[in-house]
Amino acid sequence: MPIILRRLLAFMTRHIDGVLLSAILLLMFTGLVALLSASNGNYVRVSSQLMNMMVALAVMWVFANIPPHYLMRLAVPLFITGCTLLVGVAVAGEVVNGARRWLDIGITRIQPSELMKIAMPLMLAWYFNRNEASLKLRNYAIAALMLAFPAALILRQPDLGTALLITASGGYLIFLAGLSWRVIIALGGLAAASLPFLWSAMHDYQRQRVLTLLDPTQDPLGSGYHTIQSTIAVGSGGILGKGWMNGTQTHLDFIPERTTDFIFAVYAEEFGLLGNAVLLALYLFLIGRAMVITANAPTLFARLLAGSITLTFFTYAFVNLGMVSGILPVVGVPLPLISYGGTSLVSICLGFGILMSINTHKKLVQT
Amino acid sequence: MSDLSINPGIEIRDSERELQRFRGRLALLGVFVLVLFGLLFTRFAYLQVVRHSHYSTLAEANRISVLPIAPHRGVIFDRNGVLLAHNYSAYTLEIIPSKTDNLETTIDELATIVEITPRDRRRFRKLLEESKRFESLPIRTRLSDEEIARFAVNRYRFPGVEAKARLFRQYPQGEIFSHVVGHIGRINQREIEQLEKSGRLANYRGSDYIGKIGLEQSYEAALHGTTGVEEVEVDSGGRAVRVLSRTPPVSGNNLVLHLDARLQEIAYNAFGDRRGALVAIDPRTGGVLALVSKPGFDPNLFVDGIDPQSWAELNGSPDKPLLNRAASGTYPPGSTFKPFMALAALFYGKRPPQQVISDPGYFMFGGHRFRDGRPVPLGAVDMHRSIVVSSDVYYYSLANELGIDPIARFMALFGFGSRTGIDIAGESAGVLPSTEWKYRRFKQKWYAGETISVGIGQGYNSYTPLQLASATATLANDGLMFRPHIVDYVEDIRTREKTPVAPKPLRDLELKPEHLKIVKDAMVGVNKEGTSARVFADAPYVAAGKTGTAQVIAIKQGEKYVESRVAERHRDHAWFIVYAPAENPTIALAVIAENSGFGARAAAPIARQVLDYHMLGKLPKQPAEAD
Repeated sequence: MPIILRRLLAFMTRHIDGVLLSAILLLMFTGLVALLSASNGNYVRVSSQLMNMMVALAVMWVFANIPPHYLMRLAVPLFITGCTLLVGVAVAGEVVNGARRWLDIGITRIQPSELMKIAMPLMLAWYFNRNEASLKLRNYAIAALMLAFPAALILRQPDLGTALLITASGGYLIFLAGLSWRVIIALGGLAAASLPFLWSAMHDYQRQRVLTLLDPTQDPLGSGYHTIQSTIAVGSGGILGKGWMNGTQTHLDFIPERTTDFIFAVYAEEFGLLGNAVLLALYLFLIGRAMVITANAPTLFARLLAGSITLTFFTYAFVNLGMVSGILPVVGVPLPLISYGGTSLVSICLGFGILMSINTHKKLVQT
Repeated sequence: MSDLSINPGIEIRDSERELQRFRGRLALLGVFVLVLFGLLFTRFAYLQVVRHSHYSTLAEANRISVLPIAPHRGVIFDRNGVLLAHNYSAYTLEIIPSKTDNLETTIDELATIVEITPRDRRRFRKLLEESKRFESLPIRTRLSDEEIARFAVNRYRFPGVEAKARLFRQYPQGEIFSHVVGHIGRINQREIEQLEKSGRLANYRGSDYIGKIGLEQSYEAALHGTTGVEEVEVDSGGRAVRVLSRTPPVSGNNLVLHLDARLQEIAYNAFGDRRGALVAIDPRTGGVLALVSKPGFDPNLFVDGIDPQSWAELNGSPDKPLLNRAASGTYPPGSTFKPFMALAALFYGKRPPQQVISDPGYFMFGGHRFRDGRPVPLGAVDMHRSIVVSSDVYYYSLANELGIDPIARFMALFGFGSRTGIDIAGESAGVLPSTEWKYRRFKQKWYAGETISVGIGQGYNSYTPLQLASATATLANDGLMFRPHIVDYVEDIRTREKTPVAPKPLRDLELKPEHLKIVKDAMVGVNKEGTSARVFADAPYVAAGKTGTAQVIAIKQGEKYVESRVAERHRDHAWFIVYAPAENPTIALAVIAENSGFGARAAAPIARQVLDYHMLGKLPKQPAEAD
């Protein structure tokens, strides 16, 4: 019996990275603590989030057990499916809250931009890996096009937040693939010059968000309300915070979306600067471990994929924290591993599952 | 590494350099991460250390630094400037439950200073269940000056209790206009979601009320106004120390109605203690002059949240006071359908007006005996006489000859079976029977025998008094149809700009003048020598009408309907449609008196009182009585 149990344990943990997992669990626990307060001590949301976490961890385990070269085979079909669905959304998508993001495929409604979050880095990593021997400027240009096409479709939905994150995930990957500095500097200059054109291409509500960020008092009852209230919550937390379940901004209902996108306002109000430092440290620890895995990845495909996953995770966290503390516009990005909601949890844990797989399958590759 | 020294292949060296470059770039991104996290930490430290006291003040006062100022809601007038809904300022006593230690003792102690009735307590308890604990909830409204003074002296004893000056909505005309004007009430969760979806929620910060039914609901956007903003600095006690900036609110627009308040009141009172509905329309514009549903209810009860007991009484009453019978109640039209049937006959050229039908008192079809309303045979009946004396047999056979679908097509022109599009919500479409309708509704085919009773306005026929009034108005206006509307115009109180609810014709039925003349002459005959002649015997104006009686329960074959033997709520409904003056009509109306028997006896006298006031300015002495 003990032998069977030991074997089972070995089977369960063979492809799990203990360091990464403990950082993830610590962040999840922090999220549950904040969520319980954000939902006024109501356990319904907490238990439903607990279920989400179970599912996400199961997905992580499954992907940790899939060797990277299997994922490589998935890259092209996934990417083509994702692009097709995105075109489908643009042509025949359902409009919810003024944005065309959902596609009804008969059985259920799906949001193809979610699929693209994983399909994009897979595809680019596969592409660079295939052309590893002879990478030319042309290859980078093709990769940029593969990135731009779906990103433009998502931007048109309009979903600025997701479009930026997918562009970021592809951008990191192209950068890590070794795009020459001369091109990077030239593109940077070009981007700065094209800002005015981008401005004129934005939707009214997107412009409003940017303007509100520059001066939240402009629209205090409308789009500026979120930023004003969450900034008050963070600032009034002080160094030590008001204590768990004692945040007045939280419990007096001043913080909008406080279980999802704005959960950090709840956390910062109740746990203060000290709590924020702990949270940042946890994120750094997780990102640091993920970077070590990236640096030691055996193939170009694995390196690029792992790097992109790691830095996209960082971008999620940075954009959300920046938005809640009032230095970035409100773009509807959840705080990874903390915010309430199943979709983002699952897609993030899926990414970490891939990282674990890369880390634990490399011996097999080398032999 | 040892492998490399043994096998220094070019490819491997390249990939080693690639790996070094990759790690270099990764390290660079690591620095990038550290810098941005450092930026975040700096921001947190700035907010939580440097600016802490500032944000603390804002948060500790438990008040937003931005206070919305609710706009004044627009006022509603009738056509002559009579106030139907207005605002007045009064003091309320409000409690913030989360700031009181013991709610029950606080209320008990308050009761020693100001009067708090059991009804107030019940209402407060209901509000408490529906609200969050830090919301300010009224325990008493409309305090007298003396009560305010007494509370002010004792204020220190009551933390979390405040006297506030607020604007109240009042409906001076009470139950008479309950269904037309409607009422406002506290905004509920569902309405918040709707406002959020339509992007109007920001404008409702600071508003506690929203239109629930009637014009208050359908003209909510016009009445509400634009919320103002006051940015205030508050101290730790929550009191405003300094106003930083102020954008004043913009008051809502006023509504001026077509409705004549006196006419409405006369119509409402004319019902006495009977249930029913009356809709009067100006046929030239579609403007609604009166829209009565009896019994009504006191809309003032709903403004601050109705207490559970009053609600149970209203909701549970068998008289259904909450139902707007005029627009949502549907009834078989009975014989008031006949003038329209006669027009259909002429329209299709199926039966010339002079053709005489013999009325033996019954009509045989497929072995079934369709009886006449009266036991006496009417003998020879032409089209004119069929309307004047209301022959059933004439229309039984006419319906049979026309067939159900042609009838339905023609009646649809007059708006039967579809919503009129009046400017209040909750209207019923009624039922205009046809083969297609029956298949949709019952998945059954239409039987020819079912057409017979449709001819006299029975069978599946079911319409709202509003539809019947609109059809009568269309007939009175020679087939030029208007959408009925209650509001004449919306007035911007700052610019005095008036936006009319335009009376543009809905459609022209293009009826032939000679056809209209036959039917309209016959309807004049009804009031002169026909079923309602007695009611209009001494009228100094000429009115054209038609009586009707709608069966509530079916009478078995060979059985007789004896009113005294039938339970009150199973008695027939009395109908009357009329327009006046017969030449160039200015009013058309439909009235139904529920369970009151024959139309001539119960409904026509109500119509007479309304017409007397409209035509002559004459006020009635008592409710319209059956003679």
